[in-house]
Amino acid sequence: MSETGHSATGYIIHHLTNLKVGEGFWTLHLDTMFFSIALGAFFLWLFMKAAKSATSDVPGPLQNLCEILVEFVDTQVKDSFHGHNPVIAPLALTIFVWVFLWNFMDLFPVDLLPSIAALFGIPYLRTVPSTDLNSTFGLSISVLLLLYYYSFKVKGPVHFTMEILTHPFGKWFMPFNLLLRIVEDLAKPISLGLRLFGNLYAGELIFILIALLPWWVQFVLGWPWAVFHILIITLQAFIFMVLTIVYLSMAHEDH
Amino acid sequence: MNFNATLIGQMITFGLLVLFTMKFVWPPIIRAMQERQKRIADGLASAERGVREQELAKAKASQLLKEAKQQAAEIVAQAHKRANEIIEQSKQEARTEGDRQLVAAKAEIEQEANRAREQLRSQVVSLAIAGASKVLKREVDEAANAAMLDDLVAEL
Repeated sequence: MSETGHSATGYIIHHLTNLKVGEGFWTLHLDTMFFSIALGAFFLWLFMKAAKSATSDVPGPLQNLCEILVEFVDTQVKDSFHGHNPVIAPLALTIFVWVFLWNFMDLFPVDLLPSIAALFGIPYLRTVPSTDLNSTFGLSISVLLLLYYYSFKVKGPVHFTMEILTHPFGKWFMPFNLLLRIVEDLAKPISLGLRLFGNLYAGELIFILIALLPWWVQFVLGWPWAVFHILIITLQAFIFMVLTIVYLSMAHEDH
Repeated sequence: MNFNATLIGQMITFGLLVLFTMKFVWPPIIRAMQERQKRIADGLASAERGVREQELAKAKASQLLKEAKQQAAEIVAQAHKRANEIIEQSKQEARTEGDRQLVAAKAEIEQEANRAREQLRSQVVSLAIAGASKVLKREVDEAANAAMLDDLVAEL
């Protein structure tokens, strides 16, 4: 436990506080940025290493791992996305692996990295980027922007406007259609972002609560929760990826 | 838990990650996989072709074997036939030769017999003459008896 964690509330609040710089909107969560960029770099390093030595002969273990993931994502994209867009599959792979790595940080003991950071004089450290709303919404808003970009590109401005105004109830309900569309498009990034955030935030909170128990009973709850969490983190990464593919495929289809 | 610049930072990070994945990660891996897929498919196809060709070769080989056996049987049969012919011919020749020699021998024997008979006849004549001359001693008119002796010779 750290110095502010003498009371349970203080301990929890300490664990839920980001390392920040800046004021107001221009605050930057250094820990979130650091871990997400580090994990992104790790992802790129791993996959580029595999890609550089990629061979059609017998693949090595690293290439096997990457191929399994690539094929898994490729299958998902081919199942849900009917159209040709070279961006979708790499995008889905990036989302899946990156979000998985974010979530994976949750499996590190809650006090391990913050305690190490405290030794170097860093007062706060949140290690799981997906428990930061800014991360999950950064992703989901990016997806929304892509959704609009491709809707515009594929359908053209006129067709796209027509779709917004006349779908699903015909041209006599234009304002209603527009309202419905706004709600629909707002729901997409919010549900995407909040789902990931909520799952991981709750998971982290429970790990923190378990950490408050006496050390000799922690494993009784901590171990099953960690095992269960292996499922959660994979599932959440998968859901995020699949919904992204589905949304983008909707952007490519004419109603 | 407020929205702040981290959001924008994360969006930029995400954009860069996607860009890098698209440029450097996805294409080589997917290319290697497709290449391997193609190679495996080719390998399987050629294996199947090989099996088919082997079957074809086997069938051809057994066909050839059958033909060869048949030819061999024909050759053997022909040889047998020829051998029989040769034997038959030789027998025929031997028989003819034997007959010929037999005839020649018979002719010779006949000739010899004739000659011996002739000789014998002449000897008998002279013997008879000698005997008669001895019996008759000197009273014999050779000229008168000659005709009678000739008659005797003709009777022999």
